Amino acid sequence: MKNRNKIVGLVLLTLILGASIFGPMISPHGVGELSPQRLAAPSQQNWLGTDLHGRDLLTRLLYGGRISLLVGLVGASISLAVGVTYGLVAGYFGGRLDNAMMRLVDILYALPRIVLVIVLISLFDLKLKSALDDTFLAPLATHARLLLLFVGLGLVEWLTLARIVRAQVLTIKERPFVLSSRLIGQRTSTILFRQILPQILPIIITYLTLALPAVILEESFLSFLGLGVQAPLASWGTLLADGAALLNPMGTPWWLIMFPALALTSTLLLLNLLGDQLKLDKDSR
Amino acid sequence: MPSFLLRRFLSIFPVLLAVLVLSFLLVRIAPGSPFSNERALDPATKLLLEKKYGLSGSLPSQVLHYTGNVLQGDLGDSLKFRGRTVTEIIAQSLPRSLILGSISFCLALGLGIPLGAWAAAQYGKSTDTLLNALALLTLSIPGFVLIPLSILLFSFYFHLFPPAGWGSWNQLLLPSLCLAIPFIGSCARLTRAGLLQTLQSDYIRTARSKGVPESKLVLLHALRPAILPLVAYAGPLAANILTGSLVIEEGFAIPGIGQFFVNGVMNRDVFLVSGTVLIYCLLLLFFNLVTDWLTALLDPRIRLSS
Repeated sequence: MKNRNKIVGLVLLTLILGASIFGPMISPHGVGELSPQRLAAPSQQNWLGTDLHGRDLLTRLLYGGRISLLVGLVGASISLAVGVTYGLVAGYFGGRLDNAMMRLVDILYALPRIVLVIVLISLFDLKLKSALDDTFLAPLATHARLLLLFVGLGLVEWLTLARIVRAQVLTIKERPFVLSSRLIGQRTSTILFRQILPQILPIIITYLTLALPAVILEESFLSFLGLGVQAPLASWGTLLADGAALLNPMGTPWWLIMFPALALTSTLLLLNLLGDQLKLDKDSR
Repeated sequence: MPSFLLRRFLSIFPVLLAVLVLSFLLVRIAPGSPFSNERALDPATKLLLEKKYGLSGSLPSQVLHYTGNVLQGDLGDSLKFRGRTVTEIIAQSLPRSLILGSISFCLALGLGIPLGAWAAAQYGKSTDTLLNALALLTLSIPGFVLIPLSILLFSFYFHLFPPAGWGSWNQLLLPSLCLAIPFIGSCARLTRAGLLQTLQSDYIRTARSKGVPESKLVLLHALRPAILPLVAYAGPLAANILTGSLVIEEGFAIPGIGQFFVNGVMNRDVFLVSGTVLIYCLLLLFFNLVTDWLTALLDPRIRLSS
């Protein structure tokens, strides 16, 4: 029963991911392709209708899925890398260093991180763009905002993981296999990443499935506010915001709101479901 | 007040100072000037303006000037909303956000706890499964997704509530529900898990075998330890509601502090940004302090060990 849930969730998620990657390629409509049929309701030509500029909503949703999922994956991976390293170091070295590092985590926990990320992202967009323009990374300059989103959101979600990893390391580092590695003079980095890290891998994977929806949620949060992904790129958050901007008592194009909302919510739901299952498995073991 | 709370209380101030300096520096280092997005100003006027607001000279001297002012209780003037001080703006907008947030906070707890307790009471039955699925659904729906959906449904289709604005009670209901719904699920899950765990413990079995009635058992013996995780969650919950309010205020056109913060960031309105960030931090640190205090109050183990 539990396993079936997990498999169904995974299959559905793979479907969403696959559709986002390959969908725009096979779609008869281009992503930015304008047409005279503006705000057309769902029909045989445009399965999910068209937007204000006559662009096909389904194609844009699939394309937006790429950005949303990409930001989620990269952001979660960054928070993973930072959190795991931080927790490993704090837990393994212990003592004063541990105290200071964990105090910092406590402080950051209490701060409105998303507020600080907003300040960071919207202020340094242009600066990063011009900085990139002068280097060999110039092609990336147009995506400066996206890069900032990766880093900014990655830095929001690492605190919990740092705490979890540290707590694990505190017990693992006293186990005989770690002590013997130290005895035979293995390097500290080897002990940390080759001996201890594999022990906490299951926890990390569980956490990844929980961090992924969190980052996707934050990206769409920022994009909905107009502070995240910028046109011509689109994510589920910006598509929803575009739809919400057309709210009108005299007749709203409902499809521009319903379908982005559905795409975002179902993906978050599936990811949360999967994370829950993994956590349950771990706890019952 | 226990000494560890006093220590935490005192540690708030250096953190606030650091955040204040950091946010000020970030806005000042960032490209674009608060004066540049109108007509092109001639350099002399710009210099005069900068001098007037204490934004001329080297960065360290600007920071010093600004922190000095804040320590004396002067948060500066807004550069975009001319003629209004940041203190005025905050005094006007913060209460709105706090009212909205408090209602959502009560809704999340008031709906989440009974639902969680109900699920725990029905443990293993289909009601439990259904409630669990519902909880997962609510915590997967972001508040900002609910904004356009609820406006579409309740304002334009059924004409029950106004779609935007601030002032009357019926303008409050939709925004506070949109803000609260994602957190109802987390509250319900925490309550359910806490109750289930407590109801399995030895002392409950002892009490039950003594013949304590089931209702008294749950309300008198089990509830206090069971809601401990929920109390610990109250701080983060308040924080999430406060930051979640950013997008709700934007969506329902509520002139709360979130709108002014977003506005300030977009306009490089340095004093407004630093001031609102300061208020956000102050509130969150305060929520955390209260949470720690409540946890200590409810759990004698924590109280004694520190």
